[in-house]
Amino acid sequence: MAVDTAPQIEFSKELESFIEEWKPKPGNLIMVLHRVQEEFGYIPREAAIKVSQLLDTPLAKIYGVITFYHFFKLDKPGKYNIQVCMGTACYLKGGEDLINEMENLLGIGVNEVTDDGLFSIESVRCVGCCGLAPVMIVDGEVFGKVTKDELPEIIANYRKQG
Amino acid sequence: MSTVDIKVNGRALTVPAGTSILKAAKLAGCKIPTLCYHSDLEPWAACGICVVKVEGSPRMVRACATMVTAGQNYITDDPEIHQIRKTVIEMTLADHPQECLTCARNQTCELQRLAAEYGIREIPFDRRVKRLPKDESTPSIVLDPSKCIQCGRCAQVCQQLQDVWALEFIGRGEKTRLMPSAGVVLNESPCIKCGQCSAHCPVGAIYEKDETDLLMNAILDETKHVAVQMAPAVRVAFGEAFGMEPGEITTGKIYAALRRLGVDAVFDTNFSADLTIMEEGSEFVERFVNGKGELPQLTSCCPAWTDYMEKYYPDMIPNFSTAKSPQMMQGAVIKSYYAKNKGIDPKDIYSVSIMPCTAKKFERVRDENMKSSGYSDVDLVLTTRELSRMIKTFGVDFVNLPEEDADSPVGKYTGAGTIFGVTGGVMEAAVRSAYYLITKEELSNVNIEAVRGMDGVKVGEVDIKGTKVKVAVAHGMANVKAVLDEVREAKEKGLEPPYHFIEVMACRGGCIAGGGQPYGTEDDVREKRIAGLYKDDEQSEFRCSHHNPEITQIYKDYLGAPLSEKSHHLLHTHYTPRPVYQK
Repeated sequence: MAVDTAPQIEFSKELESFIEEWKPKPGNLIMVLHRVQEEFGYIPREAAIKVSQLLDTPLAKIYGVITFYHFFKLDKPGKYNIQVCMGTACYLKGGEDLINEMENLLGIGVNEVTDDGLFSIESVRCVGCCGLAPVMIVDGEVFGKVTKDELPEIIANYRKQG
Repeated sequence: MSTVDIKVNGRALTVPAGTSILKAAKLAGCKIPTLCYHSDLEPWAACGICVVKVEGSPRMVRACATMVTAGQNYITDDPEIHQIRKTVIEMTLADHPQECLTCARNQTCELQRLAAEYGIREIPFDRRVKRLPKDESTPSIVLDPSKCIQCGRCAQVCQQLQDVWALEFIGRGEKTRLMPSAGVVLNESPCIKCGQCSAHCPVGAIYEKDETDLLMNAILDETKHVAVQMAPAVRVAFGEAFGMEPGEITTGKIYAALRRLGVDAVFDTNFSADLTIMEEGSEFVERFVNGKGELPQLTSCCPAWTDYMEKYYPDMIPNFSTAKSPQMMQGAVIKSYYAKNKGIDPKDIYSVSIMPCTAKKFERVRDENMKSSGYSDVDLVLTTRELSRMIKTFGVDFVNLPEEDADSPVGKYTGAGTIFGVTGGVMEAAVRSAYYLITKEELSNVNIEAVRGMDGVKVGEVDIKGTKVKVAVAHGMANVKAVLDEVREAKEKGLEPPYHFIEVMACRGGCIAGGGQPYGTEDDVREKRIAGLYKDDEQSEFRCSHHNPEITQIYKDYLGAPLSEKSHHLLHTHYTPRPVYQK
């Protein structure tokens, strides 16, 4: 009932009906936030405000949740989000070297986005295929047993796709 | 009620079932140290300092959040427990700045007290003190995250007691901060400036904005006529800072102390509380008897409540009394009526209020209506805590001060004015005078018991010669929702309003437990302060606002009548819907 104007963001029909379905259920907030991130790649502030209104949940509570779980992102990732695994196996097999090299090649740090909006780097926990360590995932595509030398080519291929 | 038999340190004890070990130990006369626990809030076992042993069990439990079990013997202290508690303190201190001497909470800090009690002399861990910027965006309170020990009391009070949700745990692990969400500063957040976070913070991480220097400067400035007002609730809590009991009435001593500081005139906000009743009571009569305006009428004395209403219930603006709060009325009459009476140019008056409340600092600058005299009607607001520090600085022997009277003509008050400081008091005062305004007869018994007491919502009916006035009183912001939603629902369905008059105070117990009051406010302290105000009421020469001779005089000499054009200009205001998040 407060005077806040409707947030300037559109949710897809599917997302809206998902929220409608989950509204009365306990534990709905995390389920809804998952779907929001699936749709936008992160949780835009406007989306958080909209969820707050739709679920009648204080915005502070939503931010409490999305800043607690590493999974939720507050900033828009690059078109190609490069997830480097830092789980135990990958870490031992040189995951950190991959991150350092990636930072050098792209000129950005972890959780940052290149100026052209194309790439971002993310450090993630075990992605569940330790046999392929060290592992990297770009835009859903899995790269196993990656070495530093392969990185320039991988980046170049994505850059070509634009 | 079922009870259980337990032992505390071997001593047999019978306590009600569902009692926490912490409370049981207190009943047994054993003190268990606490840090995150506060009796106003749900225990949530964050800090771990209250650990105790259960005889026969290898592990320790947290006394605040563990309920007693029949037959158990609780050991509240031994060398092993002592060592663990000491470690908890040492770890808390490892990332805490050691700035006690210059901290706002020096000598009132709960962590400092624990460190002293446990004889901490060195910290056996690497020191990892973070330097983080303060949030000084509101006119009322300061957040200093470098001092925060993350006990969570502030977020709990903001969410549970106040239902405001300005503060939340943001982030995780080392990077966790208690702060507003969505990337805004406190002044852009839902914060209503009630200051309950500052009253509940055990350390110097949240505190009132200290403005005592401004009063010192004004006193030093020869060209300024410093006129001070003091709110109802201050008089029954002020003595606590000087070792007196909560609830002791120190009105005359505070007047005297203010004069020792060198102020030029001392007035009482209780006078303008009486004035508020004349205006707000007359406004109610207009709505209730003459049908001019919406019902229920909502009280408007509490600036934190006003801020909350503008953010969360802007549809209720037509129901809000247009009467300003007593503080702002007093400021307005000091710079108009009093100035004229004394032949002082209002621009030379420095108008100061002593308030139990941090939101009053914000109210002073809410909008342009707060300058109805042509100048800022109130130039400075100091909380009870700030003034008590100043009196100590000036070396005034407060306890032994002789009692003095307030200055005239805007200093005299009735018992109705003084109970403004307690939940239900504004309603009770309003009923006493509304009865007269409607019937031209006096109420035979002025004690309105239905609106007294600590229940979060109190509902009653007042019989005004056969006409029933339905009233509701809510305190603690989280209790307001139920009442207002009832009103909203009736309105939406086109039904009669469930109440005619609703009083709201943001803080539990009313202003006596305001965010600017002395530290250590819990329900037992609230009860004592409340008893003090009712005693002040009973001892008053007059107990109804319309009997105050200085009220009669101001209407005769200056204002004309309640709701006159002059009254409207000086004593009334209006409200604006505001977004919950300003950004």
